[in-house]
Amino acid sequence: MRARVYVTLKPSVFDPQGTTVADALHTLGYASVKDVRQGKFFELDIDAASVGDVRRIAQEVADKLLSNPVIESYRIDVESGVQGQAGEGSR
Amino acid sequence: MKVAVIVFPGSNCEHDAEFVVREVLGQEAELVWHKDTSLHGADVVLLPGGFAHGDYLRTGAIARFSPVMREVERFARAGAPVIGICNGFQVLLEAGLLPGAMLRNRSLKYQCEQVHVKVEATDTPFTLACSPGQVIRIPIAHGEGNYYAEPDVVDDLERKRQVVFRYCAADGSVSDASNPNGSVHNIAGICSEGRNVVGLMPHPERACELALGSADGLVLFESVLRAVAESSRVAR
Repeated sequence: MRARVYVTLKPSVFDPQGTTVADALHTLGYASVKDVRQGKFFELDIDAASVGDVRRIAQEVADKLLSNPVIESYRIDVESGVQGQAGEGSR
Repeated sequence: MKVAVIVFPGSNCEHDAEFVVREVLGQEAELVWHKDTSLHGADVVLLPGGFAHGDYLRTGAIARFSPVMREVERFARAGAPVIGICNGFQVLLEAGLLPGAMLRNRSLKYQCEQVHVKVEATDTPFTLACSPGQVIRIPIAHGEGNYYAEPDVVDDLERKRQVVFRYCAADGSVSDASNPNGSVHNIAGICSEGRNVVGLMPHPERACELALGSADGLVLFESVLRAVAESSRVAR
């Protein structure tokens, strides 16, 4: 099964990269884009019996390695579709 | 004095550190590979600068799980002197041996320049030969040296005098103009609560001989030499 982990800087932490991207977008004329926060995205292919197990393992590795709790927080999505099925299924 | 210089894949300042200890101070230095599980009887551990594991994921994030780090943690918790320079400081932060984290420089640039740093605490093994408030001129070379911690953690660091080095002007005045990377409170280096673990972003080992433009960094090495001599005299 696949788990997706999204790691982002906490709202209280200044994101110089995101700010630079936002500045570039303003230069391109996208005044409506008020703010940009840049983050990291991980796709984990996990061999486990249940969705619960996949989530538990994803959470463990996100805490231990993928994120630094001092500056970052994360969100996890587990793709619970039948294993081996093609397509993303998101519309 | 024997200094263990830890070498991670991607470290690149280990020979500078080794040179200072051996050739400038005339002491013993040993390069210790990150997969080693012994510190070979060292009195001091030095985590050098570089790009351990290519800085992948986050600076220091992967290096902190190297086998040798368990020994370094044990050594640090026993109160022995540990110093992390630049990438070594980042590894100490990721390992939780020092509080806080590093963000990208506010300039978004890799900055390589001489800076002035004020010694704010002289009761650590790496600064005891300094005079309080002494200003030293040593180089920085980093892209992610923007020190960050939550406000209450920073308050705690200030209250417990754990800020050891602060970016300043040549006259010692501390202002935003003398802050090269955006670090909170101009912090260039800190120590642990026990004061034996010190981390700093600037490179003292690159400024230990006048031929290199400054010998101001040598005082850190002379300090720990004296600290080790004193502790072994007490032990005897």
